[in-house]
Amino acid sequence: MEDKNIKEETNWFARAIDSDIFYSFTRSKLVMVAAFVTFAYFFIALFAPILATQNPFDLGSLDLMDGLTPPAWQEGGSSKFLIGTDDQGRDLLSAIMYGSRISLAVGFTSVFCAALLGISLGLISGYFGGFIDTLIMRIADIQLTFPSILIALLIDGTVSALFPEVRREDSAFWVLVLAISLSFWVQYARTVRSSVLVEKEREYVQAAKLIGLRPFIIMLRHVLPNVLGPVLVIATINLALAIITEATLSFLGVGIPVTQPSLGTLIRIGQDFLFSGEWWITIFPGVALAIIVLSVNLVGDWLRDALNPKLR
Amino acid sequence: MKLNSLKKMLLTSTLVLGMGMGAATAETLKFAFQGTLKSLDPYSLNETFTLGTLGNVYEGLTRRDGDLNIEPALATSWEVLEPTRWRFHLRQGVKFHQGGDFNADDVIFSAERVRAEGSDLTTRIPADAKFVKVDDYTVDVVLTSPNPILHYEWETWVMLDKEWTEANDSVAVTSASDDSASAISLETNGTGPFMISSHDTGVSTTFVPNADWWDSASHNLTSAVFTTIGSDATRVAALLSGELDMVYPVPVQDLKRVSDNATTTALTGPELRTIFLGMDQMRDELLYSNIKGKNPFKDVRVRKAFYQAIDIEAIKLKIMRNLSTPSAIMISPFLFSKSGDFQRFPYDIEASKSLLAEAGYPEGFEVGMDCPNDRYVNDEAICQAVTGMLAKVGIKVNLNAQPKSKYFAKVLASNGYDTSFYLLGWTPGSLDSWNVLTNLHGCRDETGAGGPFNLGGYCNPEVDALSAKILTENDPAVRDDLIAQAFKMTTDEVSHIPLHQQGLAWGVSNDVELKQRADNVFSLRYVTKN
Repeated sequence: MEDKNIKEETNWFARAIDSDIFYSFTRSKLVMVAAFVTFAYFFIALFAPILATQNPFDLGSLDLMDGLTPPAWQEGGSSKFLIGTDDQGRDLLSAIMYGSRISLAVGFTSVFCAALLGISLGLISGYFGGFIDTLIMRIADIQLTFPSILIALLIDGTVSALFPEVRREDSAFWVLVLAISLSFWVQYARTVRSSVLVEKEREYVQAAKLIGLRPFIIMLRHVLPNVLGPVLVIATINLALAIITEATLSFLGVGIPVTQPSLGTLIRIGQDFLFSGEWWITIFPGVALAIIVLSVNLVGDWLRDALNPKLR
Repeated sequence: MKLNSLKKMLLTSTLVLGMGMGAATAETLKFAFQGTLKSLDPYSLNETFTLGTLGNVYEGLTRRDGDLNIEPALATSWEVLEPTRWRFHLRQGVKFHQGGDFNADDVIFSAERVRAEGSDLTTRIPADAKFVKVDDYTVDVVLTSPNPILHYEWETWVMLDKEWTEANDSVAVTSASDDSASAISLETNGTGPFMISSHDTGVSTTFVPNADWWDSASHNLTSAVFTTIGSDATRVAALLSGELDMVYPVPVQDLKRVSDNATTTALTGPELRTIFLGMDQMRDELLYSNIKGKNPFKDVRVRKAFYQAIDIEAIKLKIMRNLSTPSAIMISPFLFSKSGDFQRFPYDIEASKSLLAEAGYPEGFEVGMDCPNDRYVNDEAICQAVTGMLAKVGIKVNLNAQPKSKYFAKVLASNGYDTSFYLLGWTPGSLDSWNVLTNLHGCRDETGAGGPFNLGGYCNPEVDALSAKILTENDPAVRDDLIAQAFKMTTDEVSHIPLHQQGLAWGVSNDVELKQRADNVFSLRYVTKN
């Protein structure tokens, strides 16, 4: 039993090492660095409560007298706050760790929700065709004419107008997820639909139909695995877009509230001080945001090329 | 791709704005404030910026000069015939901008309207004062009790044209929470040195001089353009780049940049405004709290615990960058001779915790806080700091910081005082303590009759009795004693938590000369531009 497990594992590992994708991964140093940075971010965000020296969301632990401390290497800096503090005395390094946590959590959750929605609608649309197809695709077309930020703003405004009694701090996260995923599902739906249109004419699908499987089983078991490649690429690139959208919304003041700053909120806080000499409040979160988005994008780009048979 | 289209949108709007500004000539003053000028109805909102800006267009019977001395305006003179009867002689030959003549009927009409429902300025005139027309240019004010400071706040009780207002369906006052637009909230018809030629609510307002003004103009402007710029950094950048001639307030962190810049000056000074926190002490249960069935703020120990949890020196040093004066009472020391007798309760976390424990809240409680984010100097940052300081004694504050137009529409009388804990600033328009005692401390009912700006509903009949005596007392020394007694009671009972007097901070181009009034009112009539 144990032996078999180990064998399977080595098999799996050997297959992975041997694959085209891994080969193309080892060929590009840039992608390796980007992947490393991405995983480092995930690690930091995941273990922020252990790594950070301070919990920036716990207002009771902040001391206003620490406010506006410059980075440690500047005059007036303190080794306690390596890259300085914001106006309320939050340690920026800790705030960036916790902020990345929120940014990544919003990014992942909304990409997951958008993919779930988009894939389901794409499958249904492509498999059944006819009126359902037309309906779903026209809705998708209409939505594509609006910039996603606009849709996200609209959803955010509607939710806070409908439920004024809900506290911002509790609802902000889910409102953002809802707003971002509802503005990103279209790409998944269209990609999946076009792949399904190709796949459903293939013999194996016809065969499955002949032996009397229900459409739901065919879609899930037979069609879906064969259309997942492009979806994975979109999801990776969308993760970067979702993080940026979250930051934009928070920067505009409709996202995560100031008491629990995400990267975008930190940039907004710092913006008032940018020209006054307290540059670190906005620059460091900005750099952190740029690096994470760049790394995820690079990985996504590489994945697209690696999975595209025409580019091999 | 999506970011690109957003960028393009922003670029286009900047271009459009830029072209609008380029059309202005040399004697056009371009100035900006952080908040918006919402309704043009001068009785809508009792707020210094709105009243002060409309004060360029409308005038009262009296006005204040650059040093805040009272001088005649639409009344040429006045005398107290007997302690309860004042006679005002009106200026003859004054015309409203839209053509009507100014006379006694307009004064009587304005006196009725300013006390009508929806008006935010009801305290300008005692409710039971009668206005009697003696002839077309003489009006008597008959009072039920003597009032030596009757006309102290009349600069901001401005005169409206009775015929015009009635003809334009604008007799009803546009209240602050009302979004419907009557003629008087969209256009103006005053007697002042300037007229509003265009008003784009929330964006910009253009003023042009009134050639037929009764007084000789001391300014040299051909027009003045007001824009709202909410972002501190943008406002300062616009001043430094020369796009604007005057901005206020300059955020405290940028004062040095503005004064170091070769073409601009930072004008600072103590402002008369007191920034304070208030607590709902009237309802039996707070609107925004996890404590149900009772109101913790009814207990003076809880209020004092809040007070002692606040490190005012840290706020002064870190948020206000020393441009504030911590305050022990609810009025500026410049306006009350005995203010030196008062001391703040010391900042003491342990004392605060034990007060909360004594009051029965050893674990603290949750409370919602309302805060403006574009009204006072660093208002949102102060509220955030207060939130953090209270967290240290176990109070969880849920901060709701909003633009002033939304904030005032929520917390004021017009919306039934929808707040549990709030930050507000107050400058007594009369520059006198009685205004503070009656507006902020007077017992009120649900509609605000009594102390309309006593949002927390603090009530002590003894303070009210003293305040009535103060109103009619003519001897300054006795009067100051009475005021000190009243403030002693209100500070002992922690009716409010005074924070500080904020500093004035204006940024002005060196091409412009103006007068900075200590009440933060910007009067266009003193402006000259080279």
